[in-house]
Amino acid sequence: MTNAAAETTPAIEAFNLTKVYGSGNTEVVAMKDVSLTVARGEVVALLGPSGAGKSTLLTAIGLINPPTAGRIVIGGQPVMEADRALVDLRAFRRQHLGFIFQKSNLIPFLNAAENVQVALEINDVLPRRARERAMELLDYLGVADRANNLPDALSGGQQQRVAVARALANEPSLILADEPTAALDSQRGRQVMELFRKVAHERGAAVMVVTHDHRALDVFDRHFEMEDGRLKNGTEQPQN
Amino acid sequence: MNLATKDIRHNFGRFALTTVGIGLLLMIVMGMGGIYRGLIREATLLVDKIGADLWLVQGSTRGPFAEISRVPANLEDRARAVPGVAGARRFVSHTIQREHRGRPLRMVVQGLSWPEDRGAWIPLVAGRPLRQAHFEMIADRSLGLPLGEKLKLGKDVYEVVGLTKGMVGTGGDGLCFLTVSDAASIQFDVPGEGVRLERQARRARAEGQDIGQMQPLLLERAAGPASGIPALAPAQVSAVMVTLQPGADAAQVAATFATWPDITVYSTQQQINLLLAGMVDKARRQLGLFRALLIIISTIIMALIIYTLTLDKIHDIAMLKLMGARNGVIVGLILQQAVLIGALGYGLAYWLGTFAFPKFPRLVVIETPDLLSLAAIVLGISVLSSLLGIWKAMSVEPNKVLS
Repeated sequence: MTNAAAETTPAIEAFNLTKVYGSGNTEVVAMKDVSLTVARGEVVALLGPSGAGKSTLLTAIGLINPPTAGRIVIGGQPVMEADRALVDLRAFRRQHLGFIFQKSNLIPFLNAAENVQVALEINDVLPRRARERAMELLDYLGVADRANNLPDALSGGQQQRVAVARALANEPSLILADEPTAALDSQRGRQVMELFRKVAHERGAAVMVVTHDHRALDVFDRHFEMEDGRLKNGTEQPQN
Repeated sequence: MNLATKDIRHNFGRFALTTVGIGLLLMIVMGMGGIYRGLIREATLLVDKIGADLWLVQGSTRGPFAEISRVPANLEDRARAVPGVAGARRFVSHTIQREHRGRPLRMVVQGLSWPEDRGAWIPLVAGRPLRQAHFEMIADRSLGLPLGEKLKLGKDVYEVVGLTKGMVGTGGDGLCFLTVSDAASIQFDVPGEGVRLERQARRARAEGQDIGQMQPLLLERAAGPASGIPALAPAQVSAVMVTLQPGADAAQVAATFATWPDITVYSTQQQINLLLAGMVDKARRQLGLFRALLIIISTIIMALIIYTLTLDKIHDIAMLKLMGARNGVIVGLILQQAVLIGALGYGLAYWLGTFAFPKFPRLVVIETPDLLSLAAIVLGISVLSSLLGIWKAMSVEPNKVLS
């Protein structure tokens, strides 16, 4: 693939994703025939009521909860065919994906810088370079002054910023965020959402965010809405 | 970045307490091994130091270290006549318990074959060997008798003229060395009334037989000291120790003694083997079983602790997996902690042991091969105990982060 082709290749292509839990009388269809495409540098929201299947879709695309049927292509590379992995999932996640959750999920025995550094070292970056890169990211996200603090000494917003830094560490082509602002007040929640937009536009990563927070929808390029496991058509967000 | 040490730093209190607990358990395991070694050393100390090449014991017995053995004292004279024999000494040894200065005093009375043996071979830390045939003794320090101390044993008073250190019998009681005749006096001491009753009984027995009625002089002798009736009072000792001439063929000399039907001959090594097989073997097996149990208990405790530590980190492990961490990173985190707990516990056990073991009532001998084998065992149980935690960590799915 040439550089130009790479630029135009969608970050995510999902085809007819279906997820069924259980079987027989206990069968639950959590996601049904979901198809979508997200471009590089695009920040999209995934909306819908509880139980609509948003997190199921996100974790399927995140390669941590394989679909029962369907196909997932990330950055032009087919990665899942139904529940069959076409790549080494762990290595693929390490190199191409970044995750952010409602809780920051920072490792409590590592300080802020180490939490970012560990993601880099896992990806075989040498410790010194990993440390430098971690500090750059913390600086970029405005929490460099808290680099040596353990997570429990950080505010919720600071923890989420460190989690974002960790998700960005290996320059992923896709960042997946599951209700990242649910534990934050509206102002800090909006700051985080704007951060995603900044990251997507400045670094060319696609960002998919599951959210209930309709107050910050203007931050997103597009939003998708799910209901009863199905995806309604993607909606283009008018740019400000 | 070493995740194991970062986690330990974060949970230092719990890690330290765990290590101390494991260290104390390992100290007991180490001590058990040391007690076993000490038992062997104490049991074989006398046989090793006494410098005999061959032991002549009562026929068909396994010698004084395994069972009662009685041979006539004059066996030493017969032994000296055998070609290749440089010397022969009587061996008398028995344990007594008396009261001295208001406290119980338990000691092994060891006879020295005066005048050939004055105790010159005994390693003294103070005083001197014996200089006279009676009423002097060399005592081990563990008996708490200072030089010059006078001690009444039987009807006589003995003065401590020399002190040893660490010379104990097979039961761990301190040794005291006296001449064979003094040792026998102590062993066969009978109160005055007992002596009088025995003399009367002897006279009565003689009167009831033809020889007593026909020879009145014999009746008079029977009522007197036993030494006046040599035929009735053969001197007996436990064994006779033979020292060979330089260059003598031990096997050939032993073969000569083996033809004597009234005795059995053993080499020193055979005596040691009999001693260990008899007296020490059960203790060895008991201590061995106890050690095995302690090692199993240590493994279970370590496994539970490592498992609990892993459970505490299960969410973080899921996060690491989600980030794409290889299994080696996660296994390393758990295994390194287990090995560190084991290694530090082992070091702590050794360090505490250097203070505690010398205070034990029995000798505790920690030998390098035992330390090395225990280190290997600790490494083994560290790895083994981490398996449960590793299994748990490996079975965690990355989507556990979402729960």
